[in-house]
Amino acid sequence: MDAVKQFDLAQLTVREVNQYLHHELSGSGAARVEILHPDGMHSIAAGLDADVAVDIMGHAGYFIAGMNKRASVTIHGNVGWSVAENIMSGVVRVKGHASESAAASGHGGLVVIEGNASSRCGISMKGCDIVVGGSVGHFSAFMAQAGTLLVCGDTGPNLGDSLYEAVIYVRCTMHCVGADSREEPLEAADEAEVARLLSAAGMEFSPREFKKVASARSLYHWNADVHQEY
Amino acid sequence: MTRSFSHEESAGYNRHTISYIRQAADCGLYDIRGMGAKRTVPSFDDLLFLTASASRYPLEGYRERCETKTVLGKRVAKNPVELEIPITIAGMSFGSLSANVKEALGRAATEMGTSTTTGDGGMTPEERESSKTLVYQCLPSRYGFNPDDLRKADAIEIVLGQGAKPGGGGMLLGQKVNARVAEMRTLPEGIDQRSACRHPDWTGPDDLRIKIEELREITDWRVPIYVKMGATRVRDDVKLAVKAGADVVVIDGMQGGTAATQQVFIEHTGIPTLAALPLAVQALEEMDACEDVQLIISGGIRSGGDVAKALALGADAVSIGQAILIALGCNHDTYLQNGQEFDATSDYEKLGTAPGYCHHCHTGLCPVGITTQDPVLEKRLTPEVGARRLRNYLQVLNMELTTLARACGKSNVHHLEKEDLVALTVEAAAMAKVPLAGTDWIPGRSST
Ligand code: SF4
Repeated sequence: MDAVKQFDLAQLTVREVNQYLHHELSGSGAARVEILHPDGMHSIAAGLDADVAVDIMGHAGYFIAGMNKRASVTIHGNVGWSVAENIMSGVVRVKGHASESAAASGHGGLVVIEGNASSRCGISMKGCDIVVGGSVGHFSAFMAQAGTLLVCGDTGPNLGDSLYEAVIYVRCTMHCVGADSREEPLEAADEAEVARLLSAAGMEFSPREFKKVASARSLYHWNADVHQEY
Repeated sequence: MTRSFSHEESAGYNRHTISYIRQAADCGLYDIRGMGAKRTVPSFDDLLFLTASASRYPLEGYRERCETKTVLGKRVAKNPVELEIPITIAGMSFGSLSANVKEALGRAATEMGTSTTTGDGGMTPEERESSKTLVYQCLPSRYGFNPDDLRKADAIEIVLGQGAKPGGGGMLLGQKVNARVAEMRTLPEGIDQRSACRHPDWTGPDDLRIKIEELREITDWRVPIYVKMGATRVRDDVKLAVKAGADVVVIDGMQGGTAATQQVFIEHTGIPTLAALPLAVQALEEMDACEDVQLIISGGIRSGGDVAKALALGADAVSIGQAILIALGCNHDTYLQNGQEFDATSDYEKLGTAPGYCHHCHTGLCPVGITTQDPVLEKRLTPEVGARRLRNYLQVLNMELTTLARACGKSNVHHLEKEDLVALTVEAAAMAKVPLAGTDWIPGRSST
């Protein structure tokens, strides 16, 4: 039994590879899976639920490692939209850049983008952690409910618009924050949290360099004075 | 007779309009309410069946079999949805409905051999356990959406919008966001929750195609994928959904209900179900997709007559929400608890309304225990009572449907056809594209 199993998407379909990852991996003895020639294909390694390391050896398309559970997926290139969307647990790491909506609705686990992420990074996130080595585009962490987005570069306009309980840390320049989000003082607990995330992502910056953005919670109730008749 | 100018009401500024303007000026806030459109719009009531006589041959009402089996999602899924009747239960969230009601829906649907649907907020164990066939909604909010429940689903419904509020997101006011609802949605307890109106991980129809493929990959191409939309630009939207790979298209007309949204949405957006259905059928025909893609229509389906007319106009099945709630006891003046009937009128009064007029689902104080998370109120409808009432109602709809089908000479309800229908009004004839009764005239189609 091989400890490393290799698949070549120049020879196989994404469906065949995913079928293996869903049904044949457990019990195969493979602790690591290498996927060659992803060539911008979509939905590679979507829906995993196994303690396995998956390396995607090149640039990949949309929805890579979508809804991931437990697995540790590394993309050795750039990815299209919605990498690790709805991640539940495990780690998804992009060695290059990520397009829009990285880690959208992520419930748990860690997503690391070593390069830049485009707009809406962490949109609707629900408990996952996201670390971006570069910058993020506009409306990142839009309606983010829980979890942490840490950005080592700059952030685009409307950061954290309509934020709920998720927290954002930004190292460099913040363009405007969105509706109902505001900058708050960085306290000792925040520094510890930033240090934890940087260490998990393997990035070396001083936690003190970061600024904190959280919800002003002014949109949590429309207007309680009018007996809910609004 | 002398006319009293001192009490002549203005058509443009009647008491209703004056009260609307007054409230807007008093509060500075718009109205939010539940249920669907209250205005009169052309509907299935404006159609009639031309049942058999000399030119057509009827089936015996009680003796000859009339098939009602319905298969949905035959396009690529390994396991299409197979139903005993073409009447399904629409998506309604746990949160807007109590857990008891969700369980009642599952039980009744299972007994009748049909499907029920989750809603914003995810799947509860009670509804999965009680439902043989459960459709799992993938909504813009993604509250509680997870791969384990996705794999437990018998079909997936990607919701782009609903008839009561096409283009708008969901709402759940704070009094309904109790600890369990808050936990399922990953939200702070008691906040006025506003759901997104756009999906977080895709935008246009090209992205939707890739999203559908991702969901197929995650579920191993096992279950069908529905795409649900509010009825607006129906012909274009259906074509885009089919092109994106939908196995089933669900069109929700403007009469479709909601647990809470802005009144301006409910009354002023979308098109009537009667107008939407022929446009959806036309789109499928133009794409030569009628065999591959099934069509579910919803929004104001109340009776077996409505179901039969929807099928005759080309739907494969209908989906019902508001009428299901009414069958459970919505707007009834009494409720049953511990085998005894209790008067609910004073509880309606507390909401400033009365049985027959209530649209106060958004308050969470439903007098009959349906749209509530209140521990006292939710006891007013047990799963047993709810399931019995609902099963009775679905049975009646199905019997009415087969009665009409047999009378039209059909041994299968899916053989009902447009030629079996005429319209009572010019508007209905134009929308349904069937002749005005007593003529050959289809407005916009023929010159006679
Ligand atoms: S009776 Fe209950 S379910 Fe019906 S409209 Fe009123 S609050 Fe809503």
